[in-house]
Amino acid sequence: MIYIILTLTLLLLMIASAVYAIWQKDLLYAVIASGILSLFLSIVFLILQAPDVALTEAAIGVALTTIIFIIAIRNTVRFEDEHDKKNVKTTTK
Amino acid sequence: MKKVIVLISLGILGFYLIDIFLGIGFGVPHFTNGVKDLYLSNSKDTLKVSNVVTAIVVNFRGFDTLGEVTVLFLASTALGGILYKKRHHVGERSVLFPASQVVMSGAKLLFPSIVLLGAYVFIHGHLSPGGGFQGGTIIATGFLLMLLTYRNYSVSHNRLVYFESLAGILFVSIGLVGYFSKGSFLENVLPVGNMNELFSGGVIGIIYIAVGFKVAAELTGIIYTVLHEKD
Repeated sequence: MIYIILTLTLLLLMIASAVYAIWQKDLLYAVIASGILSLFLSIVFLILQAPDVALTEAAIGVALTTIIFIIAIRNTVRFEDEHDKKNVKTTTK
Repeated sequence: MKKVIVLISLGILGFYLIDIFLGIGFGVPHFTNGVKDLYLSNSKDTLKVSNVVTAIVVNFRGFDTLGEVTVLFLASTALGGILYKKRHHVGERSVLFPASQVVMSGAKLLFPSIVLLGAYVFIHGHLSPGGGFQGGTIIATGFLLMLLTYRNYSVSHNRLVYFESLAGILFVSIGLVGYFSKGSFLENVLPVGNMNELFSGGVIGIIYIAVGFKVAAELTGIIYTVLHEKD
């Protein structure tokens, strides 16, 4: 029973972070949110007794993919539109 | 003329594909029952491996694993080929924020333990969850930490290629030894030992160590290439 509740909570959190990643205009925050989605997904894999997949998801989904996206953002632009960046201090070079 | 050649080669390909698919024989009991019982009993009795996933990935489906490693190798090579001309010299990497002293000391402290965890995961691939891919990815994460923290930290590309090629050759040669002595690719040729011991499972441990080195070298190469791309 507790596993069902835990799984459902994690799934809801996954959906929430996915929606946040879509709605967020700041691409850096969106990438971090998709990394958090991968983290929850790896916990779900662990609960569903697939520890091999959970390890892969934690290493690739949370660390490597996020970092490669962040490098891509650093080398391109951080915002989808120009007028979104008025609230945040620009950190582009 | 070109179209005729394309049509002829497509026809030959289609003919042999249909021939192969007709020869498989869908619907025979071997297919309807599945191979799960065979895998479970074989990995417990014949191979003496407690992690059935590892037994399937490395031994029963080892040829697919070779294909996956090859895909990763091709992706890494293609990325290096695309980004090769734009690479910085070593030490000239541009960083957005220089890392603070805390991050530098922490990274120096964490790096050996991350590499040790990765090595543990792929050496114990046949006993506990994890394996070559997971361990290699964890080691690559450790190198990523060092590359992000230290501005002039560099990895020797020649050494990475050396490790990668050596691991790939080891994988294929173990497979070929199995082919020539037992009759099928990646057949087990070593003694299997007892269950739940480190030296058990025959060739599985050696293959996973090779896969771990290969994946770690490839992913580190990918990260290194991407980080050194000039913008």
